[in-house]
Amino acid sequence: MANGRVAAVSLPADRPVAHGFLSRALLWARANLFSSWLNSVLTLVLAYFLAKGLISFVSWAFIDAIWSLPTQDTRPCRDARAESACWALIGERNRFILFGTYPFEEQWRAALAVGVFLALYGLSTVRAFWNFRLVVIWTVGLAAIGVLMWGGVFGLAYVEQEKWGGLPLTLILATFGIAFAFPLSILVALGRRSAMPAVRMICVTYVELIRGVPLISVLFMASVMFPLFLPEGITIDKLLRAQVAIILFAAAYLAEVVRGGLQAIPKGQYEAADALGLGYWRKTGLIILPQALRICIPPLVNTFIGLFKDTSLVTIIGLYDLLGAAKASIVEPRWVGFGVEAYMFISLIYFIFCFAMSKYSQGLEVEFSRHTKR
Amino acid sequence: MPASLAPAHNTGNPIAVEMRGLNKWYGEFHVLRDINLTVRKGERLVICGPSGSGKSTMIRCINRLEEHQTGTLMVDGIELTNDVRNIDAIRREVGMVFQQFNLFPHLTVLENLTLAPIWVRKVPKKEAEEAAMYYLERVKIPEQAAKYPGQLSGGQQQRVAIARSLCMKPKIMLFDEPTSALDPEMIKEVLDVMVELAREGMTMLCVTHEMGFAREVADAIIFMDRGEIVESAPPSTFFANPRTDRLKLFLSQILRGH
Amino acid sequence: MATAPRSARRPPGAGVKLSFNDPVVRAIFWQIVIVGAVGLVVWWLVGNTVRNLEARRIASGFDYFWREAGLPIGEAMIEYQPSDNYFRALVVGVLNTLRIAVVSIVLATILGTLIGVARLSRNWLVAKLASVYVETLRNLPLLLQLLFWYSVLQSLPPPREALNPLPHVYLFVRGLQMPWPQWTPELGTVLAVMGIGIVASFLVRGWAKRRQMLTGEQFPIGWTAVGLVVALPLAVFVMQGANLPLDVPTLGRFNITGGILITPEFTALLIGLVTYTAAFIAEIVRSGIQAVSHGQTEAAAALGLKRGQALRLVILPQALRVIIPPMTSQYLNVTKNSSLAVAIGYPDIVSIANTILNQTGQAIEGIGTIMAVYLTVSLSISAFMNWYNRRIALRER
Repeated sequence: MANGRVAAVSLPADRPVAHGFLSRALLWARANLFSSWLNSVLTLVLAYFLAKGLISFVSWAFIDAIWSLPTQDTRPCRDARAESACWALIGERNRFILFGTYPFEEQWRAALAVGVFLALYGLSTVRAFWNFRLVVIWTVGLAAIGVLMWGGVFGLAYVEQEKWGGLPLTLILATFGIAFAFPLSILVALGRRSAMPAVRMICVTYVELIRGVPLISVLFMASVMFPLFLPEGITIDKLLRAQVAIILFAAAYLAEVVRGGLQAIPKGQYEAADALGLGYWRKTGLIILPQALRICIPPLVNTFIGLFKDTSLVTIIGLYDLLGAAKASIVEPRWVGFGVEAYMFISLIYFIFCFAMSKYSQGLEVEFSRHTKR
Repeated sequence: MPASLAPAHNTGNPIAVEMRGLNKWYGEFHVLRDINLTVRKGERLVICGPSGSGKSTMIRCINRLEEHQTGTLMVDGIELTNDVRNIDAIRREVGMVFQQFNLFPHLTVLENLTLAPIWVRKVPKKEAEEAAMYYLERVKIPEQAAKYPGQLSGGQQQRVAIARSLCMKPKIMLFDEPTSALDPEMIKEVLDVMVELAREGMTMLCVTHEMGFAREVADAIIFMDRGEIVESAPPSTFFANPRTDRLKLFLSQILRGH
Repeated sequence: MATAPRSARRPPGAGVKLSFNDPVVRAIFWQIVIVGAVGLVVWWLVGNTVRNLEARRIASGFDYFWREAGLPIGEAMIEYQPSDNYFRALVVGVLNTLRIAVVSIVLATILGTLIGVARLSRNWLVAKLASVYVETLRNLPLLLQLLFWYSVLQSLPPPREALNPLPHVYLFVRGLQMPWPQWTPELGTVLAVMGIGIVASFLVRGWAKRRQMLTGEQFPIGWTAVGLVVALPLAVFVMQGANLPLDVPTLGRFNITGGILITPEFTALLIGLVTYTAAFIAEIVRSGIQAVSHGQTEAAAALGLKRGQALRLVILPQALRVIIPPMTSQYLNVTKNSSLAVAIGYPDIVSIANTILNQTGQAIEGIGTIMAVYLTVSLSISAFMNWYNRRIALRER
């Protein structure tokens, strides 16, 4: 393939083992950036555009950026629209973007709730807790979040759900979505592999129906049809409706992942459990599920990432989650047209969460494949 | 058991493979140390040694699956350099059989055999198929022609792999531990094919630990350790009078079970 | 209880004794219980719904389909006026959904394949850039990206100050307006020649294949096809005087007229869907290529196949079998994700059905329509892909 004169082979004829940092760096560059003339051209062209792009981005986002405005007037930002970012928007509206319409003086509670969420996520990655303790930790943690967000006890002022917003709302939708969808998905996955045709059919219909339609249609259904489903006089608020829709939606996708894990368990395991005289639920709970769930942790985490991103769709039905709040922060006439800054700001937050999860799942994947190879 | 086929009649033959001062590193790791080796046409060479000794790497240099870094390597009179034309020319003349067979799972046995003749040698399909059937008969599995590799046993797959190489009518055959991935009862069927090939005068370089095979067909056996050729001798002296302790140790380990 | 049927074979003539300890009886019992419970829930929901609808005096049924919509739609692929009925408005929506989905799928496949191959490049910079792309785009919500692109497009200047990156191409707040060829007989000839070229390429391919099978001689099919499909029509075009009258946009006082206008809604949705999906496709392509073991490449090389031949004859056919199933679900995702159009005002089916729902108040029918459309599309795509997959997989066993 390398039709040129240079190739990694011919160079280090006398001293192929490079000593010293510089010669090693040169060797590396030669092998990885300039291994043929075509590659050299590609490297140079890309490097040129990369440098150009980076320079203009850095000067837009940092050097020329406007970090604060002396007055309420946003004209300085508008005048320099093309060459400078207007981070004054974030400076002014960050509390709204992060916490929505949660009462300003009480926002420390919402911030604390975010802290509790982060602690829960952190503790969940500790292997030592991958047992019943995790359930206890989560129950306590979620209760604490409920107390913090609602208040009404321990001298905390009551804050109704309609006022929740921003990052805490995103985390609530995602976390409760997973927490409820996951057990449901296990039942559905088991049902889909059940020997009883009626059960199998119900589960297949549910999974295929949900997976065949977009989330937004499920959310619309929740916002306009759920009120019709309930007896007169009973109403549930928008947040709860969205939460239910997300749970129903996520469960269908998670069920498919869990089913994949169940299918990967060799038949011998089922037979061994039968031979020990275990009944269906003992067999499933003690032998099959622990193994199946372990296998499908990496794809489960990937589905969690998808779900976390998908919570942003509640913006469309008018909830102020992180994205909804960012979108609302630029509705005010003064700030109309500064979407790029607002969306970049929350991109950073979304990215940190999703990237952390995806790195974690990749790490697990590598580790698991090492275990199975051995 | 017959003594080894006398190497004497080969000495005048032209040189098939010649390595002069061959060196190769993987980063800091010196895989091949100053290898000098001459193989003449019609010679059968068996290469053995502990794992990681560089024996596979050495024969994989011959058809440029690995690149050597210093020294010269001539194959069939052509020097292996970075010139793609030389690499292509050499690969056309050198057949290779891998430890893991590496048959193409999406093609039938027959298609596996005719792929390279059609696309590399530009042989008409009918001719290629006739040749393929001829070689399938040689390896004694003509009835499997329409099957897919996944439907064959390991031994059958390896015989197909040998036939696939032969279809290119190579001048030199390289075997990289051809029986290591096989169950014991299948080893013999593959070795039988290889012995027959050897008797017909094919130039062969085999990396293998099948010492019975080495005794039977090899003109010379090479023992490699830590990237260098430690000993090289005809089978009779190789087994009877190992000179170095390294080879003695190796032989005692490998022959224990035999 | 689930293992019941396997142990349920009774010796003949043993007589049927109903006992709850009989696994078959148990299985039937549980199924009746579960189906009954599900049925009860459904019955309860339906009952509530019917009562609620009566209380709110909402008529049910699809009669409203034939009423006048009075609904303006920004872009439509078929003739449409607000005086048309709701059904036609919905058809416009479905067509718009299909349009964005098809264009996105094609472009995302091309971009994703390029990036997936780039991730495997031996050039460190290329591989690194591709992986940064994938990691960034995959880890941000699609809706966020759509809104981002839309606000970028929204911050373009008004028509009077339209950007003019190329002659006669205007980029402004209402979209991208650019020249579009006018229909002439000469253009017809060129297109016809191109069509003939495509057909001829296939014929040549068949002939070349037959000849190769018979004589072993190979024929440069790729270059021939390029000649027939590109060079020949180009030559015809030049011979006819290279005359291509364009409908050129002209800058008026408040507007730009002429040429073709691509709306910012469509563009934002297209950019968003393509770049986002390409990140996933890149990963699929990469893992598909990596799934083909290195031994296959080595075996092909050892047989003397050139790199291109090895790729075409050995690597790709195997990689495709790994790639196609996840690719199918990506295509389905694109179609479903195109429903986010509602957030930026591109008139897809969800957006139009939602508007109609708000106008008529017929929630169940509205949501039902959306779901029915998507289920139809999803099921057709998966049916087609299953068929294609079977066709490819057949060659293995």
